[in-house]
Amino acid sequence: MSKTPPNTTTKVSSFVLMIIFITLALSLTALVLALNLVNQYPEAAVWLLLIGFLGLALSTYVLFQTRRRILHLKIETPSITTTIECKKCGFKSVREFQRGDYIFKEVEPCQKCNEKMLITAISREVKEKEHAPPRSV
Amino acid sequence: MIAAMVSLQNLIAQEPFGDFSWILTIVFYAFFFVFMFYGQKIQMYVMIREVEGSLYKLKYMKDEGRKIAIETIKEIGKPQTDPTGRVDRFLEYFTIPPQSLDPAGIVWKLEHILDVRDVQFKDEVKLMAPSADETQINNLENTLEVASTLNYIYKVIRHFYLLGKKTLSYYVIIQIQMILPLIMREAEAYVSALKAFSHGQPIGDGAGALVAAKIMHGYEIRKVPKDNVVASVPIEGRTAYVIKAEGPGGNVGKPGEAVKIVVDENEGKIATISMVDAAMKLEGEEVGEVAEGIGAAIGGPGVDQFKIEESILKYRIPINAVIIKQDIGDNVSPMRKEIIDGVDKAVERIKQIILEKTKEGDKVIIVGVGNTIGIGQ
Repeated sequence: MSKTPPNTTTKVSSFVLMIIFITLALSLTALVLALNLVNQYPEAAVWLLLIGFLGLALSTYVLFQTRRRILHLKIETPSITTTIECKKCGFKSVREFQRGDYIFKEVEPCQKCNEKMLITAISREVKEKEHAPPRSV
Repeated sequence: MIAAMVSLQNLIAQEPFGDFSWILTIVFYAFFFVFMFYGQKIQMYVMIREVEGSLYKLKYMKDEGRKIAIETIKEIGKPQTDPTGRVDRFLEYFTIPPQSLDPAGIVWKLEHILDVRDVQFKDEVKLMAPSADETQINNLENTLEVASTLNYIYKVIRHFYLLGKKTLSYYVIIQIQMILPLIMREAEAYVSALKAFSHGQPIGDGAGALVAAKIMHGYEIRKVPKDNVVASVPIEGRTAYVIKAEGPGGNVGKPGEAVKIVVDENEGKIATISMVDAAMKLEGEEVGEVAEGIGAAIGGPGVDQFKIEESILKYRIPINAVIIKQDIGDNVSPMRKEIIDGVDKAVERIKQIILEKTKEGDKVIIVGVGNTIGIGQ
């Protein structure tokens, strides 16, 4: 059996992670230094504060962006339902799709009249996105 | 821009930043010159990064496609040996279209090439999955074709990305960056098709086939070449020959061939042909909307459309088309509820067309076009 190579696409480069954490550490140091120097050198403290906050914001943003990329790459599996109907008495039931199901396949007998039931639909429900443009456009 | 920069610089140069103002002045001038001379290069690097991000996604998609194809073959086909090598070979398969310098007779050449390709694909899948039945072989073939398409998309984008990086040409990068959102949409649609094909679920493209199946269900069917079924259905005193690809395996059949056979059998005495197919909707249109028109509603390489047009021209048969609208994502992913509702509307519309355009005793043909995966008859 040949081995499937590990998926490198979803991995975050360790070099990038290292840079992010170094920036984070330096930013925190700058903030602590700023607090210590605020009385003696207020001008330098202002700069250190500025650098500290900028670095902190930047590294957190990059970290979240990298995480978002990984989450974004996951393939969503929509839920598929199979609708089964009894042509004689009209009894209808909906269940999860099972491999081997197809439209117009005869399945288990009806719970009410014992007649063979038929798959009449296999469909997926789609929830419209909240930010979808209004229909009046 | 320059005025804004200067005023900003003056503002920052004031107290309490006084001692550090020279640093800011240098930084501002540096920014100004860097953007003046290297602006386009920076823009290009941003674009390259954007393409790179999409390339990562495409790589993930094509790897998933390969993985799903291999897993499904192992699960269904129960091969004695590992199919990975064969799958990898299949993913690199290509088809060379016929030469079109002299276009006369090109349809038949294209048909032959597609037939050879089809037979070869089926043989290859049978070797990969010896335990699979006919329906499963069709589904596996579709799954592998989707995986192969994803592989191809990835390779083309990677080609332009690497070429852009190598040549640092703005125009190489910009052409791929501009169409990237559309390509990504298409690739995402194929990813959702993977699961549908591997599980044998009906897809949006099968809307036309489902319309035909709903009309012919319960009536006696017979097979017609190639991979099609036809049923004779009485509708309000008319006889409707309903044609669709043979399901429930992933199959589009050859509707052109089937129409020709039925027309010839009836010596051209057909009052009308109604074709129903899934069609791409424009942005802003509703999924599952039904529209009506004239002409042969059929996509693909064009061979079947050509054959149908030849048949109707020979006997001057009127042809109507009913389409069920959906976007590219819906077309290859599991069928949406809205499309199933659209199918019911299309059945009604077809019956209405037949009633309005034909009289009692007439013979009509209804063709449900599309991939019949997950749809019986």
